[in-house]
Amino acid sequence: MGAYVIRRLLQGVPILIGVTLITFTLLNVFGGDPVVARLGKSSTLEDQAALRAEYGLDKPLWQQYFRYLQEISTFDFGRSFVTRESVRDILASGAGPSLSITMPALLLTTLISITLGMISAFNRGKAIDRAIVVLAVMGMSVSFLVYIVAGQYFVAFKTGWFQIYGYESGLVERWQYLYLPILIQVIVGVGYDVRFYRAVMVDESTKLYIVTAYAKGLPRWKVMFKHMLKNALIPIITRVMIAVPFLVTGSLLIESFFGIPGLGHRMLAAIDEQDYPVIKAFTFVISSLFIAGNIVTDLLYAAADPRVRLR
Amino acid sequence: MRGLRKYRAYRKFSRDKMAVVALGVIVVYVLVAALVRLGFFEAVGASHERPIVADKQAVAYYTPGSTQSWQHWLGTDRQGRSILVRALYSINVAISVGMVTALVAVLVGTLLGATAGYFGGRIDDLVVWLYSTIESIPYLLLLMVLSYSAGLYFGKGIITIYVAFCATFWTGVCRVIRGEAIRLRDAEFVQAAKALGIPAPLIVLRHIIPNTSHLAFVYFSLEFIGAIKSEVILSFLNLGVQKEASWGIMIEQARAELAVDFYWQIGAATAFMFLLVLAFNIFTDALQDALDPKSV
Repeated sequence: MGAYVIRRLLQGVPILIGVTLITFTLLNVFGGDPVVARLGKSSTLEDQAALRAEYGLDKPLWQQYFRYLQEISTFDFGRSFVTRESVRDILASGAGPSLSITMPALLLTTLISITLGMISAFNRGKAIDRAIVVLAVMGMSVSFLVYIVAGQYFVAFKTGWFQIYGYESGLVERWQYLYLPILIQVIVGVGYDVRFYRAVMVDESTKLYIVTAYAKGLPRWKVMFKHMLKNALIPIITRVMIAVPFLVTGSLLIESFFGIPGLGHRMLAAIDEQDYPVIKAFTFVISSLFIAGNIVTDLLYAAADPRVRLR
Repeated sequence: MRGLRKYRAYRKFSRDKMAVVALGVIVVYVLVAALVRLGFFEAVGASHERPIVADKQAVAYYTPGSTQSWQHWLGTDRQGRSILVRALYSINVAISVGMVTALVAVLVGTLLGATAGYFGGRIDDLVVWLYSTIESIPYLLLLMVLSYSAGLYFGKGIITIYVAFCATFWTGVCRVIRGEAIRLRDAEFVQAAKALGIPAPLIVLRHIIPNTSHLAFVYFSLEFIGAIKSEVILSFLNLGVQKEASWGIMIEQARAELAVDFYWQIGAATAFMFLLVLAFNIFTDALQDALDPKSV
């Protein structure tokens, strides 16, 4: 297994180099001049040159690219153009708030979706199944923005049940700000996931081992939870693991509209302010997590299903 | 054989009443988009930019039901522009972005995927590397950076959206078609074509690609929905269209209006977009059911 992991990690290297090439090309080659944007059009040429030299932007492109690779390989991503904070500190301080939203949201979404998906699959064609499917499709068809804007206004502002905007870093205090973002995230996520899990369970329920289980007189709940759930584990793992790398980064939209200082919020601000070092570091970190997540997923497959062999 | 499969799929689809209704809704939207393009609404005096309120000093919102606004079915925004007309104009941007993105994505994805899957080797490595790289960057983040950079060259607007979406949306199609091409590569009819000495590019075009068309249709529909939803988000974030009307811009403007209890703009944008996306979701489901029943 060790050899397998090492080989997969090595396969990830070209992809990461590709990611650095894409971000570098988009920002350093085609992106606008961040220095003028930062200092303003009336800044002196000396000031501009000084800032350019500080960030190495006066060098030829290939040298800039190697500086970027160097920063990445030492996990020192330089400093933000805007706030002058070290990018590493930004990443470290933003991960907490993001995780506080995304982890509970993913957990709730997955539990609710699997439950509804199973209920739907076991009552296929009946009224409850149709209701669940219709609601899921309708939920998917509303724009994410509408959930945020409407939730903020109608649910938080009108009723006063939730905080509208803001954040406190205390482990207990933060929750009052997080209920509504989590709720919105779950509602949006369930719409997508229910249909997926229903399809998985429907597929599973036509298999012969289910017929056998019923034939030997097992009660329905036992068939559902003991036999089917176990066999449906592979698609469930895939679905959950796809979301895991993005837990750290949070939701760009939710965080910025609820004023939660997570990484999604910082990212949106960085794009707004042309904060290239932050954008580049951030993209690299997420992509690395994504690749690592893929490897972990495959390891989990092997753990969940003895038929899977790691090659 | 293929003809029979098509016929069966058609029969299955046309029996699904919901799907036929959904297709009808989509057709109506496309027609409205065409009317906007052809300048029909301008011709009847309904521009999405021009205030229609005669009373110039009135900067307040008109809500439906008030006597001054009987001609504006859904009221007007702060600048006195008809909300109904703006919502209708937004259809044009949505359909254009969806159509262009879906067409380019499916075309590029199919060609690259089929070529990579059939030939294998270096080409395959290159294509897989390309889509794996693009897919490992969160798509909203990539879209935002792309539309920022493209915006510097093409100006903020619909062209920039096309560029950003076409560069990213093909990866899903490509992955699936490549998988199918690998499966088809060893099929008997492909082996037979090879034995007859048909050149490889022709095999890809005549034998591989037509046999993946069921996936191409489903993905066309999926990419269409994805593009419409993403356009609204980008326009909302001020990275999308500027001059044209878009549901995203309407929702953005509506945030301030909620404070004075004016819901018509967000309501109209939401309802118009909801109906289109819902119709597309139902349509895609039916399509998937008819063409590719095994997929999860």
